[in-house]
Amino acid sequence: MAASSDLKTTPLTDWHREHGAKMVEFAGFEMPVQYAGVLAEHEAVRDRVGLFDITHMGEIEVRGGGAEAWLEGLVTNRIAGVPVGKVVYTAMCREDGGVLDDMLIYRLGAERWLVVCNASNHDKIAGWLRGRLPASGVVMEDVSDATALVAVQGPDSRELLGRLERLAGRAADVDALDFYTAFLLDGPGGEWIVSRTGYTGEHGYELYLPNADALAVWRELLAEGQDLGAEPIGLAARDTLRFEVCYCLYGHELGEDVSPLEAGIGWAVKLKKDAFVGKDALAAQKRDGVPRKLVCLELDDRGIARQDAPVLEDGRPVGKVTSGTFSPTLKKALALALVETGTGSGDLAVDVRGRALSCHTVAFPFVQARTKGDPRAERNLPA
Amino acid sequence: MVPDDRMYTQEHEWVLIEDDAEGKVGLVGVTDFAAGELGDIVFVELPETGAEFNQGDAVGTIESVKAVADLYLPLSGEIIEVNQAVADHPELVNSDPFDEGWLLKVRIGNEEELEGLLDARAYRNLLEG
Repeated sequence: MAASSDLKTTPLTDWHREHGAKMVEFAGFEMPVQYAGVLAEHEAVRDRVGLFDITHMGEIEVRGGGAEAWLEGLVTNRIAGVPVGKVVYTAMCREDGGVLDDMLIYRLGAERWLVVCNASNHDKIAGWLRGRLPASGVVMEDVSDATALVAVQGPDSRELLGRLERLAGRAADVDALDFYTAFLLDGPGGEWIVSRTGYTGEHGYELYLPNADALAVWRELLAEGQDLGAEPIGLAARDTLRFEVCYCLYGHELGEDVSPLEAGIGWAVKLKKDAFVGKDALAAQKRDGVPRKLVCLELDDRGIARQDAPVLEDGRPVGKVTSGTFSPTLKKALALALVETGTGSGDLAVDVRGRALSCHTVAFPFVQARTKGDPRAERNLPA
Repeated sequence: MVPDDRMYTQEHEWVLIEDDAEGKVGLVGVTDFAAGELGDIVFVELPETGAEFNQGDAVGTIESVKAVADLYLPLSGEIIEVNQAVADHPELVNSDPFDEGWLLKVRIGNEEELEGLLDARAYRNLLEG
């Protein structure tokens, strides 16, 4: 359990250790998995505001006159032609349509882009991009080791962000920041990116910071957010938060053996755009239909179905759970599962260590995101 | 915290030995170390009363948000009571693992097995290992 010294750290690692975080290895980093407890942290983000150290994410800058067309040919969503300041969620696929990673792509300037990939896929994506770099016109720079990433998430995140001294005088920019947009800022240690994005389903921001600025910003946010009930949030609650709003997690809902059309992110696959890696395979899948689909399950029996638990329909295996946990918001055991297309008419169960727990499908998503519009909008939670 | 009044197992369970009219009874729970390692506990599955098991049998499960752990019976015998309060409020195992968060009572079938349990000092050494 003790983290060994060959793990990567972040500018906040010492702070986490000093503040009682339980630290775990994640994608080669020593990261905080929880502080106060996953349920309390989850609730803090749903009801107030929480701070996440997600510095482990990979950041790769791509620049040059050829960058736009080159990137456009490597991802499933449309990034060509988007305005400066726009953020695009996309998959990057193999030729056969399998997902290499899901990622955010920022247009930071006319010829300047930032690719933000999962920590677990960082080396793979960096290698994939490097191997396809054209002879001229595109420059690629992995800025991950120099970049810290702090997420500020929850209905009070806007209020808290506005209290940062460095954002004084930029209130209009923060107010104008729509979901999936970002702006640049000069910080003491270098350039900041203020991004209206997140992985919780709540109104929120992600701050890309030079390493030198990260600890001061983290402390300032906690101090300024004290009256708001701001608290640090670990990776465990990050997972339950994203799970409830059904955001895919690579290695669970997504993988090289999963198509984006199966995983429910077909909206990020634009088959009408020009050639991109995986287009032919995905177009064929779209035409013929995919063999599996992602479904939302609610367990009727007591227990929790976790990743890889078989899903049974009338006793026959029809798929597997990709993520499953106890939903802190709904107080129910829920699961996402990849099952054969057409499943759902019979009696469903999940096999949890040899016991068939009865379950049924429910509407997607389990909990409605409040990333746009009123950050405190009433949720239609069942009584 | 490791109370001195009871015995422990390598699996981070505790047994408090009591006497009743028919013999020795073990009150069983998990230690605060175990509860802390699991994190917030959200389901506890306990055996049926009246069932008989051998020492070391998996008789239930404890599920937290992040993980699942088997509950092993520390002593052979018949289950004579389970803590219904914990089934309804699993968070009791986190908040009060040595008292309100007890899990089950077993009528001890073989007192020789008590020899193999750890006393509080030995369990503290295990934790500090």
